[in-house]
Parts: sequence; C-alpha cells; structure tokens
Amino acid sequence: MPKFEPILLANIGKPDSHTLKVYEAGGGYRALKRVLAEMKPVDLIEMVKSTNLRGRGGAGFPTGLKWSFLPKDHPGPIYMCINADESEPGTFNNRILMEFDPHQVIEGIILSCYATRAQTAYLYLRCEYPTSHQRLQAAIDECYAAGYLGKNICGSEFSVDLYMHRGAAAYICGEETGLIESLEGKRAWPRIKPPFPAVEGLFHKPTVVNNIETVACVTQIAARGVEWFKSIGVPSDPKNPRDPGSYGPKLYCLSGHVNNPGCYEAPLGITCRQLIEEYGGGVWKGRKGKAAIPGGISMGLLTEAEFDTPLDFAGPGKAGCLGLGTAAVVVLDETVSIVDFLHNSCRFFAHESCGQCTPCREGTAWSLTMLNRIKAGKGRLVDLDLLLEIGDSIGIMPGTTICGLADGAAWPIKNAIRKFRGEFEEYIKRTNPDGYQSTEAARALPVLAGH
Amino acid sequence: MATAERILTDEMIEAIKAFFPRYPTRQAVTLPALHVVNDRLRYVPLQAVVEIAALLGLKPAEVQDTLSFYGFFKQDKPHGETRAWVCRSISCALRGGDELLDHICHAAGIAPGETTPDGKLTIEFAECLGACEFAPCVLAGSALLRNVTPQSANAFLNDIRKGAPSNGHQ
Ligand SMILES: Cc1cc2nc3c(=O)[nH]c(=O)nc-3n(C[C@H](O)[C@H](O)[C@H](O)COP(=O)(O)O)c2cc1C
Ligand code: SF4
Ligand code: FES
Repeated sequence: MPKFEPILLANIGKPDSHTLKVYEAGGGYRALKRVLAEMKPVDLIEMVKSTNLRGRGGAGFPTGLKWSFLPKDHPGPIYMCINADESEPGTFNNRILMEFDPHQVIEGIILSCYATRAQTAYLYLRCEYPTSHQRLQAAIDECYAAGYLGKNICGSEFSVDLYMHRGAAAYICGEETGLIESLEGKRAWPRIKPPFPAVEGLFHKPTVVNNIETVACVTQIAARGVEWFKSIGVPSDPKNPRDPGSYGPKLYCLSGHVNNPGCYEAPLGITCRQLIEEYGGGVWKGRKGKAAIPGGISMGLLTEAEFDTPLDFAGPGKAGCLGLGTAAVVVLDETVSIVDFLHNSCRFFAHESCGQCTPCREGTAWSLTMLNRIKAGKGRLVDLDLLLEIGDSIGIMPGTTICGLADGAAWPIKNAIRKFRGEFEEYIKRTNPDGYQSTEAARALPVLAGH
Repeated sequence: MATAERILTDEMIEAIKAFFPRYPTRQAVTLPALHVVNDRLRYVPLQAVVEIAALLGLKPAEVQDTLSFYGFFKQDKPHGETRAWVCRSISCALRGGDELLDHICHAAGIAPGETTPDGKLTIEFAECLGACEFAPCVLAGSALLRNVTPQSANAFLNDIRKGAPSNGHQ
C-alpha cells in the first residue's frame, strides 16, 4: 500500500470510530471550539477560500467562493443543505464517512454553518443508507447532549440545528435544486438557474448546498490549516489565472473488476493506473483492463491506453470525459462487452431522468430503446449515428436541458461509441447479418417488463 | 371520504407532528410523513394520502403528486415483510448483478416488483445502492447482503421462508 497518510479516513478502523468519545479522544471538536472562540465567520470563509477547496459532490465548484455569493447582511434565515443523496453509480465515499466517522462530518457542518451564518442545516440522506441514518442520528443526539448543536454552541453566541431528511430513492434528488424541491415536499424537479440557491434557494431563502466529503474537508482545514491542505494535490495552472487547481486529499471509490475494491484516500492527481495498481491490487483474475469510468458513470470512459490520466479536476476532461465527477473509478476488464456497458448506462439514465425536459426524457428513453434493439440482435449501423446525435444534443453543455443529468447520460454514449466504434460495428454486423445496413425505420420491440 | 375508516393512528399522527417545528412550511413534512406511514404499514394507501394532506393543510393531489414522483411508496398493497433491493447498476452488473436478480426472482418464483404469496418477501431492482465495493449486493430491509452468490442468495431466501425477516423494515 502506498505511503500517503490518510487524514479524512484516519479514524476509520478504530473501534467505535463513530462515537463522540472516540472522536473527541482523537482531537475532535477542538477545531470547532477554537474557531468559535477566535475567528469571525468572514475569516473562516476567507480561510476556506484561500485553500481553493473544490466541492467533492461532482461539479468541483470552489466552496469558499460559493459561500461568498450569499447576500451580505441578509436578515435570514440562511439555510445549509448537506447533500448525502450519493446515488451516482460507483460512488460510496459519503457512506463510509457517515457510517464510520459521522462526527467529522457534523463538525464540518457546524463550521460551514458558522461561516455562512446558517442556523438550520438539513442533511438530505438517501433512504438506501439505513446504517448511515442510524449512526448519524446517534451522533446528532450526542452533539445536542454535549452542546455542539442547539443553542449557544460551546458557550458562544452561535446556535444551529441539524435535521436529517430522508429521500425516497430518486437519483435526481442529488442535483442541488432537485434536492431543494424535494426537501420542500414537492417532486424533485430541478429548477432553472439563475437564481442560484445562494440567492434564492430553500424556502426562497439564501441557501448553500454542500457535499458530505466537502464538509469533512472543512473540518480538516479548520484543524490543520491552509498550508497543510495546499501541500497536497495539483497546483493551479500558472498560465490560467482562473484555474483553482486541485488541492487536498480525495476519497477515491474503486470498484468493478479489481482485486481490492474499496474507498481509498489519495492526493488529488493520482493517476487512474496508480489507483488500480497500488490501491486496487490490479485488475482481477490476472486480466487486462479494457476501460474505466473515471468518476461515476456520468463521466464517460477512459480506455486502457488513457489509464495514465491524472484524476484531478482537469485530468479526465483532457481525455474527453465529462470531468472528475465523484472520483469513483469503475474498472472494466478485457472480457466486458462495450455494448453491455452502454446498455447498463442508458438503462440507468432512462430510469432516473425526471422527465421535465423533452430532450432528456426522450433522449434517454430512445437511447435505451436502441440499445435494447442492438442487444436483441436487431441493431443497424445507423443506430450508432442516431445515438451520437442524441449524445451531442442533450444536456446543459449544448444548452438544451435544465440540469446536468442529461450531460451525464450523454457522455457515456459519446465516449463509448467514439472510443469503441469498431467493437459496436462488429457486434451489430455479427448479430444482425441481414439487417445491419438497413436504414428503414425500425419496428418497436415489445416493451420489456420492469417498474 | 368522511365515511372511510381512519388509517393514521394517533401514534402516527404524533410522529408526523413531531416534524412540524423542523420546517418553516407544512409541505416540507410531506416526505417525512410518507416515511412515517410507510415504515409502519409498508405502503401508503390513498386514504392515508388524504389524511396526511389534511394534517399538513394541503390538497390530497399535492401529496399524491409528490408521492407518485418517487417509485418508493407502494399504494395498492403492502410490500412484503422484507423488501429486498437487488442492485443492477454498473459495478454490480460487472460482477453478476443482473444474473443475481434473475436467480433470486426465479428461486422465489416472482418477478421484480412482486411479493411472494406468503407476503414474506418483495423483490425489486435498485439502481446503485452505494455499496459497490461489495458488488453484487442486495439491501434487504436494513441489512446489506454483500458479495452475494447464488448460494448465499438461496440461504437468504431460506431464512425468509422460515420467517426470519432480515430486519423487516427500518
Ligand atoms: C444529476 C445530478 C446528480 C447529482 N447528485 C449528487 C449527489 O448525489 N451528491 C452530491 O453531493 N452532489 C450531487 N450532484 C451535484 C450537486 O448538484 C451539487 O453540485 C453539489 O451537491 C454541491 O456540493 P459541493 O460543492 O460540496 O460539491 C449532482 C448533480 C447532478 C446534475
Ligand atoms: S435534464 Fe433531465 S433530469 Fe435534469 S431537469 Fe431536465 S429532464 Fe430532469
Ligand atoms: S453499483 Fe451496485 S452498489 Fe453501486
């Protein structure tokens, strides 16, 4: 195992790491006490700003900057929403933090509330995480009893309440404005932006949405300082004054065809190959890799030849992927059919599109229909161009949809077909020798069962 | 509706009301209220929707609109004592998730979304359960079954048949 010393995962593995007693014994909540006694909220915002911490939920937006968009001198209330919907296929780092170190998360939430002057925080938790739910609730109860939550925290003027809010199994609740709508008791239809949540969010009030790992980083920044955080990762590009760089440790999730799947902490910028070899123990069964998802299925695919891509915020984009996303790496070995991969991806997005925008609702549904047809041996070469047409025309990037789910649906299509076109063509010709050249409108297949 | 028998018990109503102080609007209590009912009844029949709406000062259609957006709350009849979600997303699929869903459904004699005639088990497919390091996996009630093989799936089904629900519901 490589020698990078884990910080975010440092407590994990200790007996009873989820309890207040063990957390405090390791120095927990000392940073909170010091910040409350010595720093003003603006100082904490400045501190987080100067680390260039970028959100770990997928978009990589600089956290301190996001906080500074809140209106100054707002009479309140200001809301903090903690995004624990974690539903991006391949991703489970938030779960690890919530199950094994809930207090590191809660300390970060309290600090983030202090910086933004939010007095109410809602933690939106996907309902598929019963153990997280139970551990977090126990930790929240401990915090109220110990005076870390509630009125006049640690004897200061500052008060905050933290409530958990359970989701109901819908991926779109992870999109920040879908989350807000869902919290308000409505269907989770993402909102058109602007206005951004910082200006008008939950209950029409200024709101910050941050990911679980992001707030865990806030805890460590408050405890260890700016220098520590900036000593890890990849510096900003000096030729691009607007590049915030990729600083700090990152929790990488590794799954699929590797020997040792798991959640590993490494400096931002580790390459996909290093992660697979040094942490994952290599591709399983002595096989070769064929491709890997770099950061959750929405990000697309790296081919084996692209495995040396650094997994920082800029790396996957240079290899034609959507971005770093959630830094969840899923490895496909050489035996995987790329047709099966894309079918799985299209099935996911067709199931999870909220249906609000026509290009996304229809595009995801039709791409699944075409993949079903190809898999059933009725594919035509023209389908590949139709699929690419969908991939190139749905999403925020081409400007046709409200939220980024459609971009996430598009990228696997574009990457898979453009990077593995030969394999698709070979499959279609082999399974549909009489019809692959047809360009006639295809007949619908019978609807497959499912819910 | 006035003649229909009340479905929400006093205990449920108290549990729902306990959420009121947490939110500035009553509508925000919609999901918590649906969970309160679902945790206890294993479904949320229309009559419960009407009563939740009355409690929250909403129109029944508003609650039903939200409920129907999520595939989570059943309305026609309760799901089984154990509700098992078999993951079909990419990390699980790469390690046999689709075949596992087939196997479990076949062994239990039902299709995804259905409940066994004895009411003990409902099987559904799920998208990524956030436990990809244990692929393929199944969330049965609040218990996570890890690295499930056909053999361990059979053992799980046997336990269910013998009436040892896997933490039934949360
Ligand atoms: C379709 C979709 C799903 C998302 N799901 C999640 C999620 O499950 N968890 C998360 O933290 N962010 C998710 N995001 C990103 C959020 O919209 C938002 O950027 C993030 O929560 C902000 O927190 P951060 O700045 O701390 O990363 C999703 C975005 C999209 C477009
Ligand atoms: S892009 Fe898709 S998921 Fe996002 S709002 Fe539009 S229809 Fe819904
Ligand atoms: S893909 Fe099955 S748990 Fe993530």
